[in-house]
Order: sequence, then C-alpha cells, then structure tokens
Amino acid sequence: MSDIATRPAPNLLASPLVKFGLLLAAIVVALAAGIWLDSSNTLYAIFVDPFRQMAQAPDLLVQTIWEGLVSGVLYALIALGFVLIFKASGVFNFAQGIMVVFAALTLVGLYEKGVPAFLAVIITLGVMFALAVAIERVVLRPLVNQPDIILFMATFGITYFLIGFGEALFGGNPKQMIADQLYLPKGAIDLQILGGLVSLQKIDIAAAVIASLMIAALAAFFQYTRIGRALRAVADSHKAALSVGISLNQIWVIVWFTAGIVALITGIMWGARSDVSFALEIVALKALPVLILGGFTSIPGAIVGGLIIGIGEKLGEFYWGPLVGGGIESWLAYFIALGFLLFRPQGLFGDKIIERI
Amino acid sequence: MSTATLEKPAAATARDTILSLNNIEVIYDHVVLVLKGVSLTVPRQGIVAILGANGAGKTTTLKAISNLLKAERGEVTKGSIVFDGERVDKLSPNELVRRGCIQVMEGRHCFGHLSIEENLLTGAFTRRDGNAAIKRDLEKIYTLFPRLKQRRTSQAGYTSGGEQQMCAIGRAMMSNPKMILLDEPSMGLAPQIVEEIFEIVRQLNADEGVSFLVAEQNTNMALRYATYGYIMETGRVVMDGDAKMLRENEDVKEFYLGVAEGDKKSFREVKSYKRRKRWLS
Repeated sequence: MSDIATRPAPNLLASPLVKFGLLLAAIVVALAAGIWLDSSNTLYAIFVDPFRQMAQAPDLLVQTIWEGLVSGVLYALIALGFVLIFKASGVFNFAQGIMVVFAALTLVGLYEKGVPAFLAVIITLGVMFALAVAIERVVLRPLVNQPDIILFMATFGITYFLIGFGEALFGGNPKQMIADQLYLPKGAIDLQILGGLVSLQKIDIAAAVIASLMIAALAAFFQYTRIGRALRAVADSHKAALSVGISLNQIWVIVWFTAGIVALITGIMWGARSDVSFALEIVALKALPVLILGGFTSIPGAIVGGLIIGIGEKLGEFYWGPLVGGGIESWLAYFIALGFLLFRPQGLFGDKIIERI
Repeated sequence: MSTATLEKPAAATARDTILSLNNIEVIYDHVVLVLKGVSLTVPRQGIVAILGANGAGKTTTLKAISNLLKAERGEVTKGSIVFDGERVDKLSPNELVRRGCIQVMEGRHCFGHLSIEENLLTGAFTRRDGNAAIKRDLEKIYTLFPRLKQRRTSQAGYTSGGEQQMCAIGRAMMSNPKMILLDEPSMGLAPQIVEEIFEIVRQLNADEGVSFLVAEQNTNMALRYATYGYIMETGRVVMDGDAKMLRENEDVKEFYLGVAEGDKKSFREVKSYKRRKRWLS
C-alpha cells in the first residue's frame, strides 16, 4: 500500500493513557531523586513516612478508613438529595442542607411535644410533603422558564426562611436525636483484627445499612416505575417531557418530597452521631465537593464521591494532618474538588452529553 | 368580536372537524407578534399540511395548539382553538394529551439517555387503562416500526435520525391519540427515510384513524400524502386548497416545488396572496 508512507505517524502523546503514564513515571523519578537528595526530610515526611505508619499499624488504618466510610455515607446521602433535585429541575438546591436540619428538628420537636416516636416520623414525612407542595406552588411555578441562577437564588431564600421558621418553632438550641426511641442500636462492636482492636459504633453500621437500602430503593424506583421513568425523562429534556404530557408541576412535587425523605433519614442518622443543631447545615456544604467529584447528575457519582471525600479527609487528617498542625479535615475536601474542577469538570460519573444531529 | 360568534361554526361542524383554529394571534415575550390571524381546520381522520419557508410560523401554529408555547414565553392573545368540540386554548399540554392531541416536536426530541423502549413507555404516561393495554400497544408499535424493536435496548441518543423520528412518532402513538401534530418530520433525514416516515403516517391515518396536522418544508413530499394544504408566509395563511390543486398551482410550483414552466418569473409578476380579510370574523 502506497499510502502508508504518507500517513502521519501516530501521535503517542495524544493517547491519554500514554500521557498519564509518562506523567506518573516523571513524578516517581522526581520523587526518588528528591528523597535521595532531601536534607531536611520534608519529602520523606510527606511521601514515605505516612505509608510506613500505615503499614506498621494496620488496625489504626482500618479504624480510620471505617470512620471515613461512615462520614462518607452521610455525605453521600446529602449529595443524593442535591442530585435528585438537580436532575429533575436543573436547580442547584442550596436549601438541601437546611432541609436535613429542618426535618430532624421537626422530628425531635414533635417528640418533645409528646408525640410517640414513630408517629412523629410519619407526621414529619407529612410536613416534608407539605413543604414540597409549598415550594412548588410558591417558588418554582412562578419562576418557571427563568434563568437557572434565579432559581438558585430562590433556594437561598428557602434556606433563610427555613432557618427562621425552624428557630421560631423549635428554638435554636441543639437537641438530642431520639435514637433510642427509634430503636437505633447503641454501643460499639470491638473487633480483634490485624493485631489490634478496631471498634465499630453500631449506629454507624446502622447508618451504612440504612443508607445502602435507601439508595437501592431509590435506584429501583427510578429504573422500574412509571413515575421514575417520567423523572428521568424530565431530567433528560423538559420540553420533550412536556410534549408527551408529563406534568412538570407534579414531577417537581414528587422530586422535592423524595429529597425531603432523604433529608429526614440523613437528619436522623447524623443527628444520632452528634446532635441536632443548625451547625449541621455547614456540614451539608461538604456535599458540594462531593458533587464536583461525582458529577452533579449522577446518583452513583454522589455515592462514590461521598465515600472518596469521607475516607480521603479522614486519612488526610490522621496521617498528613500533623505535618501542618492538624485541622486539614475541614478544607481537604474542597482542595480535592478544586483538583477535579481543573482536570475533569463533569466529575467522575457526570453525564456525557450525547450530541448528534 | 364575541366568543359566541366564533364558537358557532365550530359547533355546527363538530362531527366532521377535529380541530379548528379561528383567527389566532400569537405574541412572544409580550412584544413579538408572530402569528397575525391564522385560521385553519383539520377534518376528522384527515391529513392536513402546513407549508411554508423558514420563519413562516408553522411551528408556532402547532405549538399554539399543543400549548407548548407557554414554555417559550409565547401566548395566544386572540382567537380560539377548538379541539374535538372543546375550547382548548387554556389547557396545559398535559390535559391536552389526555384529551388525545399530542405533538411530535421538530428535531425529534427523544430522551437521549433513556432506551428506545423507555422512550416509548414515557408516551403512555397520561394513560390510565392499565399495563396490559400499554403492553399491547407497545407490541403494535413494534410491528409498525420493526427497526425500533431491534434497537429497543439502545440509548435513544445513539440511534440514527430516522430511528429517532420513528421513536418520537411511536412515543406519541403510545398516548393513544386522536390527533398528532407532526412538526417537520423530514428534517435532516435521507429522502428514502422521509418516504418511509410518511408511509407510516398514512398507515396510522388509515388503520388507526389518527388525524394529522403536518408542518413541512418539504412541500413536494407533504402534498403527496396530505389531502389538504395551507401555505403560510410571515405569520399568515396566504393560500389554501386541496393538495391536488396546490400541486398544480403555478405559483406553488414556482416557489415551493421548484418546477417552473417557461421563462423564469420575477417576484414582481407574481400576485400577492394577502388574504387576511377572509379569515377575519
């Protein structure tokens, strides 16, 4: 074949795998050289020592990873609430964090007023439904077809309304979650592994199990039911959904109610680990790096992103934190998210946009 | 003008007319006047074509009927729309689909991330007659479009343009409609596929008794399958008539079918079709 000669040589650097491999090799070589030349031991402390510690005390490593896993599950739950609403209405719901607090507060508040625990759960669900209907009527419907940023600002409004409303009803003091009354387990299981003691809180195990069950239920709901299919259709294209007769108003109520249920469960689990207070809202902001990592439109992304952030920040705090005087848990997640924004802005599992004409 | 006079002719002919528009006017964003008094009727079980160039108002007319205008900040400010003997200009798309009038939008608009089968099933969203009936209709769609059956599990976003158009029509059929508003079905498709699509339209019309209102730029193809046609220019109907009559009209031939007889005509010699008067009631 004569055209072989004229064909341009394949550009090896074009392949992302080759590029990544070269980059990795360069980093390893640079590190090896650096550590060998390192006089003040900084590079050693950053790149070698933490891993040496991990290998020396594997039980501590397991404990740290477990702690990270649990907080990761809870981050994932909050992120899930964001993803649900973002997918169905294209709105980044800033109020998701406060919805967690509000749901938990309502539950505890009702119990304190003398309502039996399980009845209180049911009433709280009713309140979340009423909230969903109210938000659809008062906020979303008048603002339909407005730019996304306006809806985003409207969720700020919802946030501040809920903070004020919650404080007026239940007061601003931290409250104890009614974990015992809901038959959530207490205490810890101590495991003898890897030559050490690993202690697992039962409440954490329960949180992980319940979160997994709920995620599975949501996935099944989205995949196999008529409403779930309609939700995905709306997420795909509002206009086309309208044209086949799907009522956006109805879908929005359902989505916000689902996010409300997720918020209540998150509130119960998180409240049981610490307490129920408005400070939880700040924790909910951690969902932002989780979403950047996992992609705003992906439910598996929210879960994996939550786990990576949860485990990442616990490991970072425990092994690398001391190098800078500790306290990196509060900003490490945002740091990781920044890295992702630079190199993969759609996140790990974000929707690839299918474009063809 | 009073609404009473507008509704009278519609009520009189309700039995053989499924859709009638009476002098409707559409304004976008409160300022842009797009339709300047459009009237048309679609007979029950008929295929009617709206023809015209880009920007003539074909799509807007269809969206005014299906009420998807609101999502684009458009509004019907004058006139009335009667579907199946009922004023529908204030109904939401959802309510309209329930009454049996559904639109297939220009550019298909399948749900790209859903599979073909899921796309078809979303069409049945408004139905209340149970899963068995929906299953039966799904099979019917698959016999009409064997190609969709082959691709039932593929993501709609990755199927070809023709398959997407079939999917969109099949999805509309799943709602059990009396009437389909079909916007630009030939857009971006190979002539052979366009022919296939129009054959299916004819078949649905004959077998299922579905009425069609088709907006098309492909005048030639549309006039072969439609029984009646309206030609629009800049927001007005400028000419209408039986498909056969339109096919043989000299000016239509010249400007829309691209076949001229004798010397090339200049624009100035062509008579102007400003016939708004007739449609004012």
